Amino acid sequence: MSHTDAPKGTDYLHADYSIKSWLLTLDHKRIAILYLITISLFLAIGGSMALIIRMELLTPEGDLLMSDTYNKAFTVHGVTLIFFFLIPSIPAVLGNFLIPLMIGARDVAFPRLNLLSWYVFTTGGTLGVIALVVGGVDTGWTFYTPYSTSFSNTAVVTAVFAVFFAGFASIMTGLNFIVTIHKMRAPGLTWSRLPLFIWAQYATSVIMVLGTPVIAITLLLIAAEKTLRIGIFDPALGGDPILFQHLFWFYSHPAVYIMILPSMGVISELIACFSRKRIFGYEFVAYSSIAIAVLGFVVWGHHMFVSGQSMYAGMVFSVLSFLVSIPSAVKIFNWIATMHKGQIRLDSPMLYALGFIGLFTIGGLTGLFLAVMGLDIHVHDTYFVVAHFHYIMVGGAILGFFGGIHFWWPKITGRLYPEILGKLSAVLIFIGFNFTFLPQFIAGYLGMPRRTHSYSEEFQVLNVLSSAGASILASGTIIAVAYLLWSLWYGEKAGRNPWNAKGLEWETSTPPPTTNFERTPTVTEEAYAYGPDDESGEVNNERD
Amino acid sequence: MSVTERELELGHQFEDLEQQTEAYTVGMWVFLVTEVLFFGALFMAYIVYRSMYPQDFFAASGELDIALGGLNTAILITSSLTMALAVRSAMLDRWKAQIGYILATMGFAFAFLVIKYFEYSSKFEHHLFPGEHFDFKGENGEHAEMFFSLYFAMTGLHGIHVLVGILIMVALVYRTWRMRAQRQDYIPIELTGLYWHFVDIVWIFLYPLLYLIGPLGSGKG
Ligand SMILES: [Cu+2]
Repeated sequence: MSHTDAPKGTDYLHADYSIKSWLLTLDHKRIAILYLITISLFLAIGGSMALIIRMELLTPEGDLLMSDTYNKAFTVHGVTLIFFFLIPSIPAVLGNFLIPLMIGARDVAFPRLNLLSWYVFTTGGTLGVIALVVGGVDTGWTFYTPYSTSFSNTAVVTAVFAVFFAGFASIMTGLNFIVTIHKMRAPGLTWSRLPLFIWAQYATSVIMVLGTPVIAITLLLIAAEKTLRIGIFDPALGGDPILFQHLFWFYSHPAVYIMILPSMGVISELIACFSRKRIFGYEFVAYSSIAIAVLGFVVWGHHMFVSGQSMYAGMVFSVLSFLVSIPSAVKIFNWIATMHKGQIRLDSPMLYALGFIGLFTIGGLTGLFLAVMGLDIHVHDTYFVVAHFHYIMVGGAILGFFGGIHFWWPKITGRLYPEILGKLSAVLIFIGFNFTFLPQFIAGYLGMPRRTHSYSEEFQVLNVLSSAGASILASGTIIAVAYLLWSLWYGEKAGRNPWNAKGLEWETSTPPPTTNFERTPTVTEEAYAYGPDDESGEVNNERD
Repeated sequence: MSVTERELELGHQFEDLEQQTEAYTVGMWVFLVTEVLFFGALFMAYIVYRSMYPQDFFAASGELDIALGGLNTAILITSSLTMALAVRSAMLDRWKAQIGYILATMGFAFAFLVIKYFEYSSKFEHHLFPGEHFDFKGENGEHAEMFFSLYFAMTGLHGIHVLVGILIMVALVYRTWRMRAQRQDYIPIELTGLYWHFVDIVWIFLYPLLYLIGPLGSGKG
């Protein structure tokens, strides 16, 4: 290829080595790295809490942790992994890094706002660690009133402020992406030529911008109730705790799509690249992201079937919840159709993509069980629900994140990781995940309640299986972190396009120069113009 | 003014001023949508509780001072006018008039907060702030307390927005004065204008919903 490379030493990683140049950077790529480092810390905190929880649950007695310590442990697990890891994971890291590259722009629309979002996020994260680890909060990640406002005397106020800050960071990111995707596309890059990752990020940003302010004000009201006695939810004033649940889930159900939609975007890129085919039904996959974002806002009541909302509201929410499965299924079918008769290559990112399809399908189908009001009453607040949302949030969102990190790692860092270890950890994570959470479906269906540190003895076999699986899942993750870090120093240098993938981000040098492109690219073809004559997916790691 | 002088204000990420202007405008509108939902949750709470306790809200609303609230409404509407005139002056490159109108808007905003302060302190004196000392002379005091919880939450959040508006205007005055001789990019003032009109509109909803739902002429302050 006849691309002109930027002169050596001017790529974004080597432009300047000072700490200040990182902490005050306006470069979206460096901000993505800052986010990656920060959220990795939260993954470590939330993940180690998961291991402690699984250790406690090895035996039916509550012997490792006291019950109130156990409550605090699963609150740390939930709050850090949802608000400080999963929600920012793909948007703030991969989205930040890739959106300008994929649309041929020099940066996001508002670089200062982008940096500010990281500082706000980090402030929230620090507060969160103080509240959760030092003080301890025992409400669970849901902060349900009136327990959180009137009874819990743990560090609830600090925790809700922490989440409030994280929410603002997320609004800033979403706003930035919406404007960037609308206004910064390179000439010729029409909406119908956009990579599906961009469509997914766009839909996610819409949810961030519309949903997050509602949870932000709701959490502020909890703080106001605890400190100023402004009791919007206080039953003593005739306040309605159900109103809190409505406002909470108005955001927190769509938040599931903040986690899963970006992963779906990643998977579309991976499936197309490693099947060497254009995505089957591009328009359907693109619009299904928008449909999920829209429908996702009208299903929140399925979290409240047993909490006192009217039966008719429950019926409407049940039907709407079934509807939202349609666009999700559209994506699954289109990915499978894309692979059909493709030249499939099982590199590690593709293993994650295939894992995603399997696990997300199980998570989605069990979601349909839960959308049936009768069945939901049976399995409500049991491990069935826990298993369901972990299939979506770990099996879906985190596998998509790992797959994306592996796919773009050479572009981000300029290094290749050892492929054999990549495959090993992908397989370990998949096996470990299923061992952890499949038994929980059974335990939950048989009636094991969630959020207790002791349980009746008949569930022990299932729990031992689950804890054993968690250790495999953890080892797979630790191996991945280890070889990725190793590759930063010892990995083979990556060329411009090691996967021979399509997309503007692969056209620029590796790692990209600070301004992304030598000159603004012009787009003349559709996304995923893979074809039989394009060297059929041979690895092309020339360093040009 | 020369082209190069105007290019100084072009962010490195943009191709041209037009793209920059459009990006900032779209960004501001998206931000305002966020703001609508931010207040939206509180309005939702208001709708729920008012429909649950209409009589008690009627009685509690009577404790608010319609006259002071009305005066504040007039002040904010006028400030929206001066803000619009500031934007117009910026477009016409009349920087002195622009500074004058922004200062006038700031003055009105400040007056609004002063009046709000007097309203709040009289509520404190009459034990109408929610909490231990709350004391409402009438039936269903707890529902009146809910009304005042909403009153303080909604007007408090709105007041914070007024305060933020004043701070932005301080920065704008400084910027306009510093660049007085050059032809200025009017996007900053135009976007501030959008924000300010939004703050005004929120109050236009708050005033009738909080002050005007009670018995007429019973305002005790
Ligand atoms: Cu949901």
